[in-house]
Amino acid sequence: MKYADEFRDPKAARALLERIAVVTDAIGATAENPVRIMEICGGHTHAIFRYGLDKLVPEGLDFIHGPGCPVCVLPMARVDECVELAEDPRVIFTTFGDAMRVPGSRKSLLQAKAEGADIRMVYSPLDALEIARRNPAREVVFFGLGFETTTPSTALSIQAAAAEGLANFSVFCNHITVPPPIKALLDDPYMRLDGFVGPGHVSMVIGIHPYDFIARDYGKPIVVAGFEPLDLLQSVLMVLEQIRDGRAEVENQYARVVPEHGNPVSLAAMADVYEPRPSFEWRGLGEIDASGLRIRPAYAAYDAEVKFGVGYGAESRNIPEPEGCACGAVMTGRIKPVACPQFGRGCTPEMPLGALMVSSEGACAAYYQYGGARAEAV
Amino acid sequence: MCLGIPGQIVAVTDAARMMAMAEVSGVRRAVNVACIAQGPLEDLVGQWALIHVGFAMAVIDEDEAAKTLEALRGLGEAQETLAAMAAGDAALEGQR
Repeated sequence: MKYADEFRDPKAARALLERIAVVTDAIGATAENPVRIMEICGGHTHAIFRYGLDKLVPEGLDFIHGPGCPVCVLPMARVDECVELAEDPRVIFTTFGDAMRVPGSRKSLLQAKAEGADIRMVYSPLDALEIARRNPAREVVFFGLGFETTTPSTALSIQAAAAEGLANFSVFCNHITVPPPIKALLDDPYMRLDGFVGPGHVSMVIGIHPYDFIARDYGKPIVVAGFEPLDLLQSVLMVLEQIRDGRAEVENQYARVVPEHGNPVSLAAMADVYEPRPSFEWRGLGEIDASGLRIRPAYAAYDAEVKFGVGYGAESRNIPEPEGCACGAVMTGRIKPVACPQFGRGCTPEMPLGALMVSSEGACAAYYQYGGARAEAV
Repeated sequence: MCLGIPGQIVAVTDAARMMAMAEVSGVRRAVNVACIAQGPLEDLVGQWALIHVGFAMAVIDEDEAAKTLEALRGLGEAQETLAAMAAGDAALEGQR
């Protein structure tokens, strides 16, 4: 119980862990036949490892790490297209720092920057707008990356650029949405999942009803969770209680931040600027129907795909994963990161081979960073 | 990038563009408040919000702000966000 002492309220943590143990036992889950709960969000994956929750819960409970880390599911072809855009001498390429080290088939954005491409790490698309205002003779491209948490920010930025007539600003849209890959995983005959811990900040934008199909059509419980370790334990308990009681519902543990119907201004901006692509490629998961967004024709002037002729639908697709990289199997929960032959050998956070090792929210990076401490906690 | 960070709105800076100044862990940063605006923007001054990549996305209370910040510090995410804000400021000035 070493890690429980680090919690803000160790007593509450111990009480929750005891109740989790009782309910796991009541379900009849064992180390040989565990109950499998997927935390969808990479932030939750990070928190689970940071606080050693996977070691504090009973052996009969297995966390399966979901696809909710946008950097981790970014295919190499998308990185290559970013590099292509960034190496265009007309372009100032702006991006969240998280994308800089993701390997492309030729190079990462970090390498392209070292070789002279004008790539600027920004905190917000608002920074990219300001760079466009200050550099009217240059084309400023913002790399739109992320789930529904960051999508409103680029939608509102495109609306702002349109309102100002800022003609040298565009977005290379690679935004993705949470519900479609969950459906794809549930449709995968090799995947067995008993319930879900739902993403907190994505749900703050979209609300809880986009998950209704998980309970209604697949009979699985899902609980939208906050990011404190106690939130996570509480949510896991709520999922387990649903399984024990034979219920399948969408519950909201994080109601203090997540409104039932989401954020109306964000949803309106997203609907105005974006439309679903017929399908989109996910690293490790392949093409998933209606899982990516593109900029609507009305905003084509701010669409880097249209402006520069790169991006989805262009030639450089289906680039194979690096040899020995098992990101796909890890992503779908088929193997644990340590079972990948490259883990800690050809692939480390300093020199990542696969995307799951790049971000602190990737399952492999989390295993690598906290592996030693976890072994000690056993 | 994915996890927001709590900040307190301290002033409205450009109402037409829905921009305000927020204080995030002692650092001042311009943020867009379109997603939390209900009524006059001035009403937001003094409120706490969860800020995602420069956009205030949800109003929260002070206690929730403190707990969230503590959780983010525990994960190293608060430090990463503040570093990203500094990098964003530097990017406005030039390439390096």
